Order: sequence, then C-alpha cells, then structure tokens
Amino acid sequence: MLSKESLAKIDRELTKYPAEQKRSALMSALRIAQLEHGWLSNDVVEAVADYLGLPPIAAMEVATFYGMFNRQPVGKFKLTVCTNLPCALSGGADAGKYLQQKLGIGYGETTADGKFTLQEGECMGACGYAPVMLFNNHTMCNHMTPEAIDKKLAELE
Amino acid sequence: MATFAKGVVFEGVDFDDPNSWRLEEYVKRGGYAGLRRIADEKLTQDQIIAEMKLSALRGRGGAGFPTGLKWSFMPRSFPGQKYLVCNTDEGEPGTFKDLDIIWNNPHALIEGMIIGGFTMGATVGYNYIHGEVFEAYERFEEAIEEARAAGFLGANILGCGFDFQLHAHHGYGAYICGEETALLESLEGKKGQPRFKPPFPASFGLYGKPTTINNTETYASVPYIVRNGGQKFLELGKPNNGGTKLFSISGHVNRPGNYEVPLGMPFAELLELAGGMRNGKKLKAVIPGGSSAPVLPADIMMNCTMDFDSIAKAGSMLGSGAVIVMDEDTCMVRALERLSYFYFEESCGQCTPCREGTGWLYRVIHRIEHGHGRPEDLDLLLSVGANIAGRTICALGDAAVMPVQGMLKHFRSEFEYHIENKRCLVDH
Repeated sequence: MLSKESLAKIDRELTKYPAEQKRSALMSALRIAQLEHGWLSNDVVEAVADYLGLPPIAAMEVATFYGMFNRQPVGKFKLTVCTNLPCALSGGADAGKYLQQKLGIGYGETTADGKFTLQEGECMGACGYAPVMLFNNHTMCNHMTPEAIDKKLAELE
Repeated sequence: MATFAKGVVFEGVDFDDPNSWRLEEYVKRGGYAGLRRIADEKLTQDQIIAEMKLSALRGRGGAGFPTGLKWSFMPRSFPGQKYLVCNTDEGEPGTFKDLDIIWNNPHALIEGMIIGGFTMGATVGYNYIHGEVFEAYERFEEAIEEARAAGFLGANILGCGFDFQLHAHHGYGAYICGEETALLESLEGKKGQPRFKPPFPASFGLYGKPTTINNTETYASVPYIVRNGGQKFLELGKPNNGGTKLFSISGHVNRPGNYEVPLGMPFAELLELAGGMRNGKKLKAVIPGGSSAPVLPADIMMNCTMDFDSIAKAGSMLGSGAVIVMDEDTCMVRALERLSYFYFEESCGQCTPCREGTGWLYRVIHRIEHGHGRPEDLDLLLSVGANIAGRTICALGDAAVMPVQGMLKHFRSEFEYHIENKRCLVDH
C-alpha cells in the first residue's frame, strides 16, 4: 500500500520521537500516505496503522478527527478557501463565490474532470494576507482577488 | 501584508532580504548571544528564572500568564525525562503572528527554546505547528537543521554539559489543538481532546512527563531578555506588562499585518500605524484579542491602551493580540454568525455542553441573520451560553460564549432590529 519513498519519509518522522512512542508519528504518516494516494481509504489508514504497529482504530480516529485529511477522493487540485471573519471582512466569501462560479461546483464538490475540489475552510492563521486560500494542503495563496484567482487557475490549466 | 518591527522578536530582521531568516544572518544581528552568555558567565537556572520574572514577560498565546512563574513550576531538579513544547498551533481567527515569527526569525524561537530547556532541565523539545502553514513548517525544519549543524542543538551545547534536541511536529486542521493539553494529546498521535486539569503539564505532560508549554512569541522573546537583562525588557512596556508585543491587525484597515510595538500603546496610535480605516470609513467595533475576545465598540476602544490590564478593564481581553477591525458597514449579526459557526465546527465533541451548545448558538444566530429570528432568541442565546460557560473541560466552550455575550452587550439593538425587521440595520 505504501511506496518505499513514503516509508522512508515515515521512518524519518519516527526518529523525532522516543522508540516506544511511534504513535506520535501517526499524523505525519497519514499525511505522507495521503500525499501518495490522494486520499485516505480504509485500506490506506490500516496500512499506516500496521506500519506503526498500532490498532487500525487508532489511525482511523486521527484520520477522521483532523480536517485536512481527505476521507473521500478529491480532485488533483484541492482549493480550501477561508471564509472566517477576518477573511470575510476582506472579501473571503466573495472569493469563494467567484471560485464556485468559475469552477461550476459548490463547496465540498469536485469538477467532473476530477481536476478541482473546492472546500470551505476555517481560519488558517494568515489573516494579514486575507482573503487566503490553501492549495493542496500545502501552499498558501494570498490576497485572493478575482484577478489573483484567475491567475492561479490559469497556472493550473 | 505589512510587518512593523520595533522591538524584541523581530529585532534586526530585514523583511526584504529572503535570507534574513537564516542562522548566519541571525548570528550577525546578535543571535545566539543569549545562549553564549549563559555558557560564558555560567548563569544558573535560578538566575535565568529571576531575570524572566523581572522582565514581567506574560505568555503571548492568549492567557497572559507570567512566564517566569510558569518556568519556576517545573520540577527541574527532579530526575527523569522532562519536555519543552512550543505552541505554534495558531488558528484563532485574527491571529497570524506566530507564522511571521517562524517564517522570518525562526532562530529566535529556537534559541529561546534551548534557553528554556536549559533553565528547566528539559532535554527534548517539540514545536507543534498547525498544518495549514506547511511551507513555514518546512522552513522551520530547515532552521532546526542549521542550528544542529552549528552545534546549538545536540550534546554538550557550547561546552555547558547540557544536551538539547528540538523537533518540529505538525498539526492537520484542528483549532482545538491550540489548547495545551489537546496539543499534548495530538503530539502523542491521538485525537486532540483536552485533558482534565489537574494534573497540570508541569507534573504530567507529554508522555506523562513534566512538560512546559509556551507560545511561539513567548519563547522568541527569551533571547532578548537573557542578552539584555529582564529590566531592559520590562522598560520597553509598562509595569506588569513588560516588553513589546506583536499585534496582528486584520479587517477594515489599509495595511493589515503584524505590528510589534511596546505594550501600552494607545489603540488609536496602533490603528494609525496600520494605515487607518480602509476607504475612510468610520470605526464601528474592534475585537481586540482574537475571535474569543468580547467585541468593544469604537468609543470604548479609542480610549484603551493595548496591554493586558487596560483591555481587561474595558471588559474584554488582549488574548493573543489579534485585533479585528470592523467599519460602520459591518453587520454585527452576520459577523457573529460566522464566528459562532467556527466554534461549532471546531468543538472537539468531548463535553456535551460545548458540543451541543455551540450548535445551538450557531443555529439561533443563523436564523436571526436569515430573517427567522424570534423575540425570545436573545434571551435564549444568553441562557444557552450560561449553560456552556464554566461547564466544560477546556476553555473552548467559554471562548464560544464570550463573543455572543459581548455582541449582545454592546450591539443588542442591532440584533433586535434584525429580529423585528428581518433584515440588516446596515447596508452590506
């Protein structure tokens, strides 16, 4: 289920914690598994648990508790728009609406070609750059005006 | 985003230089001199704690607890493993200062943690960084590697006979992990659900071992204090509110951003620094300390100074220093609806009053905003709030209630207007 590269990355995370506390590497391990598979199916969650010597339920609890894990398949590009108050005061809701229009999907949906998934997110701690959007759980896109959104989407075409 | 630095955490940082965050540059501007002072002058743990107490540094994560006192709670001569943890799980709407620290000056935090480790006899530290700022997490890992390569982390640091290792750990989308015991659970690889206190982390923390948890900005202030002495830090601010503080300003201002200024600066001056109100609008209200802090109307706010005591006296709290500015066109019902949804979404579900109560708060405010409010709804909100506050394991329940109480205290008429007229008092 997990590639050699993924396992090597998980092994590196394990060095951070005491040998008897492998469970601490669970969050990273699930993230690494998600990077490889795009989302966390039950089988992937179980494979991660097995590798760390944990009961599958321990990994499932974490996979379902934390919002950045994908428990359903997502598009190639996942866009998470912050609509919380500081972003909303600077056009966050408008950015979300604009993206919905452009992509023709609502929050929590994926385009038919499997390219884009749009999500509404909670505060990402980057309110000074409002409105913000997180790209594929990794890159923060700042000042998401309609022009900036157009530019970002063109890059992804 | 603007960053205005005139103080401690960003001392000497060049925000236009892409390499300013690196170890080499940090050392050039006096970095790691605090740690060297400990080695050269053979400062003791007690001496450092005394300096910390003198500095009147108060925790920058929101609670404002005196750092020196917190550090003295650690059983530092107690044998066995002890841990140091940094809380960079920033996710309270309005707060974005710690991101700026780990992005622009990560070594100040690393040096502060090494000094903390030495002072409290902890040999391993973790910095818990929320997953949404993954690029900053990656940079912080790189900074740790630089410090390790330079001999500031590892065994027998600077020949002091003291060992310290530091690791970065990331979250993955759960606001609750900013609560220190939820953070510890999360660091142990579990759901981030807060623990009962006592026992407090200083006696039963990470993996059941004595642990001290401080905020990013708190640790990043430590090198300055050790280098220059607690008295100098204290004098930057005002009594009982030592030092400078980062204020994250968002909302309807011309230049949102982080502003590091002396504690006690008048709010009007801070607003000016942030470029004043956007589009020349009038100030209506301010949430002075992150979304959990009760809102304050413009007239009260304009008479406040930005420090723990002044904001508390005005009936709110300085919290993490996240200042959300709202202009005259802001609908307070809609603003509160969005905040209440946040707490509903982020409640960890462990305690019934919070899990169910945050849903009630959100749904009632939602129906007021959407023209279905009932005359008795405002009393209902206060009653639900009273049944949440103080009845939960952690403070998230209280945090969900305080914005509701603040809004109803200062802007009740706007809610009543909404209920009667089924529309907003302001055009937006």
